[in-house]
Amino acid sequence: MSMILGLYNYWIVIVLMMIGFYIIIAHGHLIKKIVGLNIFQTSVFIFYISLGKVEGGTAPIWQEGILLYSNPLPHVLILTAIVVGIATTALGLALTIRLKEAYGTIDEDEIQAMDNQAMDNQDKESKPC
Amino acid sequence: MLAHLPILQVIVPLMAAPACLILRRPQLVWMFTLLASALAFIISILLLQQVMQTGTISYELGGWSPPWGIEYRIDKLNAFIALIISGVSTVVLLAAQTSIEKEIPQDKHTLFYILYLLSLTGMLGIVTTGDAFNVFVFLEISSLSAYSLIALGRDRRALWASFQYLIMGTIGATFILIGIGLMYQMTGTLNMADLATRLPEVAETRTVTTAYVFFIVGVCLKLALFPLHLWLPNAYAHAPSIVTAFFAATSTKVAAYLLIRFTFSIFGVSFSFTTLPMETLFLGLGLLGIFVASTVAIYQDNIKHVFAYSSVAQIGYMIVGFSMSTNAGLSAMLLHVFNHALMKGALFLALGAVLYRVGSTQLRDFQGLGRQMPLTMAAIVLAGLSLIGVPLTVGFVSKWYLVVAAIEKGWWPVAGLVLLASLLAVVYVWRIVETAYFKAPVVGKELVQEAPMTFLIPVWILVSANVYFGIDTRISVDIATAAAQSLFGVVP
Repeated sequence: MSMILGLYNYWIVIVLMMIGFYIIIAHGHLIKKIVGLNIFQTSVFIFYISLGKVEGGTAPIWQEGILLYSNPLPHVLILTAIVVGIATTALGLALTIRLKEAYGTIDEDEIQAMDNQAMDNQDKESKPC
Repeated sequence: MLAHLPILQVIVPLMAAPACLILRRPQLVWMFTLLASALAFIISILLLQQVMQTGTISYELGGWSPPWGIEYRIDKLNAFIALIISGVSTVVLLAAQTSIEKEIPQDKHTLFYILYLLSLTGMLGIVTTGDAFNVFVFLEISSLSAYSLIALGRDRRALWASFQYLIMGTIGATFILIGIGLMYQMTGTLNMADLATRLPEVAETRTVTTAYVFFIVGVCLKLALFPLHLWLPNAYAHAPSIVTAFFAATSTKVAAYLLIRFTFSIFGVSFSFTTLPMETLFLGLGLLGIFVASTVAIYQDNIKHVFAYSSVAQIGYMIVGFSMSTNAGLSAMLLHVFNHALMKGALFLALGAVLYRVGSTQLRDFQGLGRQMPLTMAAIVLAGLSLIGVPLTVGFVSKWYLVVAAIEKGWWPVAGLVLLASLLAVVYVWRIVETAYFKAPVVGKELVQEAPMTFLIPVWILVSANVYFGIDTRISVDIATAAAQSLFGVVP
């Protein structure tokens, strides 16, 4: 029982990670894929934040009478990773807009089908040679 | 000044990137980028010389001593890889202005160079840093700029390739982040040298195994190790030619470096190869990658696809060397990292020249090019021979060392398979030679001229390097062996 309740934040990490991962793999909608990627990354943020928490510790600001502080380093690290995550999301969305302009759709299968068709046409052109 | 070289290696391209915005005029920006890259190249030469003479350099960022502050640590291994990256980058840039003229709209030229410099910064950063989290940050700097660079390709398929790479690359980078987090959880440190001393104490735990596995899978995604290579062929085929030449020669090498660094100097051979079945796993995947990717390469019609799949196969050779976990095997791998950068840099740059003149890299458009673009095609043939591993080229040197290492280890069948796989390379290179030299150009098709000098000079610099280091192997072999030895020296 303590395995589940005592480490509940880590269980949340695992569940979120799997949900995110599943969305990335299972959904063909590009925006959904990006959302999945976000959930996947968020699970890692929670993981890092959990790492830094010291039981009974307070925020790492020096104050008289307090001896136990949480570890601020993982929190600082994850701040960087959050920024990276935002950049990735922004770039992913920008690419989605460009894809929509170029293909007229943001469905993975449809885009793939159009690409395959283009490749078949090239093959047909090359056959007479 | 000399004491600050390790940080200058990264800072020069990083600062040059925003400075490009001030210059505005594409021609000026190009020269400025070339200058920054050349400076980085000179710095890496100086660093390598210093490391070879006096041993490892440790640089404390901001004066904070490790393991609290971030440390930049230059040893023989990363000085060597940094030299490859900055060297190839500089040579490739020589052709950049001409090549992007036809592939990227005028108003995006400045942005192209900024992204290029950022990508270079990221790669050099990954290599020089001695801090595990810094690796992740630089990895994302180089990856994010890489996605954007690939999306600049003129075809809409470039966008799709870039998106797929973004998804796969981010999953890889996040896996690496999880790995680093678990390592920190177990040891309380992010400094690589410190990690190396503290990890053995907790090596028996499942957390450390999990950390290693997450990290390695993430790196293998970036490395495009078969079967995690799915993003690579399209990304290389549809990106602008300059980007392909630069990435094919450098970006997978950076991942190979991370694999070596974390397996050998941080986790240690005894952990990764004794506790875990890494030897069988990597040997199997490496050999499978060589055969499957080479076979697929034979059936491609776009020559850029051919060489992209061939890159996946060449990564297989590196991984076979890696899986031996011996001094000789690792030297062979490092040699191949260097040699493959020379071959693929030359090949993709020459393809860029073909694209510039012909407007396509489909195999059928190569008909008659042997006469119309003799110098470019000769370069492709020479670099292709090097890819196959013909004596007097670098390809032969690395295959030779790989086969010798396999025999030394007693892996006779592996040595045989490596040689057999070279025959597959003969097939796909021959298809190009046959089309270019023995088929008459299509009647009624416009004749094209030889590529401009701005292309021929960098292509031939790389091709002559292919031949030079194939004959005079002293420099490359010495450095690769010294780097391999230093890895086995630190971790017994």
